[in-house]
Amino acid sequence: MTSKQQESSPVQQMIAKSRNRKGKKVIEKIIPIGLFLAASISVLTTFGIVFTLIFETVEFFTRVSITDYLFGKEWLPFSGKEPLYGILPLILGTFKVTLIAILVAVPFGLGAAIYLSEYASERVRKTIKPVLEVLAGVPTIVYGFFALTFVTPILQAIIPSLKIFNAVSPGIVVGIMVLPMIASMSEDAMSSVPKSIREGALGLGATKLEVSLKVVLPAALSGIIASIVLAVSRAIGETMIVSLAGGSTPRFDFGVTDSIQTMTAYIVQVTTGDAGYGTTIYYSIYAVGFTLFIFTLVMNLLATYISKRFREEY
Amino acid sequence: MVQILEKQQPTSPIIQLNEQSTVMESKGFNLWYGEHHALKDINLAMNENEVTAIIGPSGCGKSTYIKALNRMVELVPIVRTNGEVNYRGRNIFEKGYEVEELRTKVGMVFQKPNPFPKSIYDNIAYGPRIHGIKNKKILDEIVEKSLCGAAIWDEVKDRLNQNAYGLSGGQQQRICIARCLAIEPDVILMDEPTSALDPISTLKVEELVQEMKENYSIVIVTHNMQQAARISDKTAFFLNGEVIEFDQTDTIFSTPSDQRTEDYISGRFG
Repeated sequence: MTSKQQESSPVQQMIAKSRNRKGKKVIEKIIPIGLFLAASISVLTTFGIVFTLIFETVEFFTRVSITDYLFGKEWLPFSGKEPLYGILPLILGTFKVTLIAILVAVPFGLGAAIYLSEYASERVRKTIKPVLEVLAGVPTIVYGFFALTFVTPILQAIIPSLKIFNAVSPGIVVGIMVLPMIASMSEDAMSSVPKSIREGALGLGATKLEVSLKVVLPAALSGIIASIVLAVSRAIGETMIVSLAGGSTPRFDFGVTDSIQTMTAYIVQVTTGDAGYGTTIYYSIYAVGFTLFIFTLVMNLLATYISKRFREEY
Repeated sequence: MVQILEKQQPTSPIIQLNEQSTVMESKGFNLWYGEHHALKDINLAMNENEVTAIIGPSGCGKSTYIKALNRMVELVPIVRTNGEVNYRGRNIFEKGYEVEELRTKVGMVFQKPNPFPKSIYDNIAYGPRIHGIKNKKILDEIVEKSLCGAAIWDEVKDRLNQNAYGLSGGQQQRICIARCLAIEPDVILMDEPTSALDPISTLKVEELVQEMKENYSIVIVTHNMQQAARISDKTAFFLNGEVIEFDQTDTIFSTPSDQRTEDYISGRFG
């Protein structure tokens, strides 16, 4: 078609008219700005939160020495005359719960993922996966009283020395809470391993189990590790379950049958109590919150790094 | 049991074209995908140390047939079969025949190169390892021998620890052939092994097939008639799930007895 014919073509004329409309150009310019603002809000909020945390944390450290905080083995903020702010007992509490949670969640979560990805029929998979995702949507407060009123009594029947508040019960329940996350993300990672690779292994006379464990699992490893690291991050930050079932006794030991206190549970204890604004206790929750933030931040960065670094190419 | 059978010479092949002994044969073999009758009464015999080519237009059942020979076709859940496919005289679809055992004897190279996302070394060592070979020295030997056998040793000997996905498509396919050779199968099934490769890589694989038949029996599916003519001893022409003609490759391409074969090889359809 020559250019003259083009110009006289009615469709081309309509297109040209529409293109030259003024409003269209303005919209093209304004919309991206709006979209940019939407994206900025989450970034700005994050910065805002971090700045608040840092600000109040700095204030806290003008009152309490940073070495006492980091290396102190006693957390006694309410002991009137001489309060002690050693974070280690709280970290240890968080650590115990997280460790138990991961011991529960990784084997069962990975088992579920392997089953769903390699063994389950399409119908079973389509039934179980949504159920897992519902499990991920249960409010944590519900898990909390499930731990306190259901799991703890059962455990006490098995371990008589177990206190009503302890690390085991919330640990197990936090594990149940993060299990769907590991199962679902690992299943996604394993399902995305191409079928042709499985066929290659089957064609060599490998059994289904050998294909699952020696080909699919290693190929999906980066996704699996990322899911575990994210689960650890969630477990560290978990609040309601440990507040309800873990107790509020910061303890510097490795026992799991006694009442403990985690970093999150301490913050809940203070904010639901009547610590006055401007007191050292008030500032201490920012320091603890900041510590917690560092932990989860490192975990999340680790997850991103691992899934990039160890991505198997196929 | 299987080893005893291996030593026996099968005595009653259906289509025996010359004196060589039959490795695999199918007798009255039928296969359905659900209601679709994909393979109809297939009678074929594949001889030792020969290349048997299977040609035919898309959808004629040639890929289905080759996948039936090591029962990979059973990965499709709706598949039903009847009739026999015998490997060294024993029906592989018979109850109690272990499919893993069969696949160590009847290896397969696939249409698209499908190396594992592992190092070149681990790709080749995978088969021997799952079948219990753990000795590092023996594995080293197997890896070298297999890579030599697949004519790729010189290209990769200095980077055995690199991921196989860093190789070109043609190299990947030869890695897959080496992976198959590593467990020293008896029969090698090749399902359009060059369809995803460039002409030079194709040529290399074709030369390789010619060399490999010294030690292996090869069944190759190809949509490329020239390829069948170049590398095979026998050719079977499939159409709509049936074997139209099966004969010496020279005969098929010079004086086919069936009009449909002639139409296909002269390019009138397909």
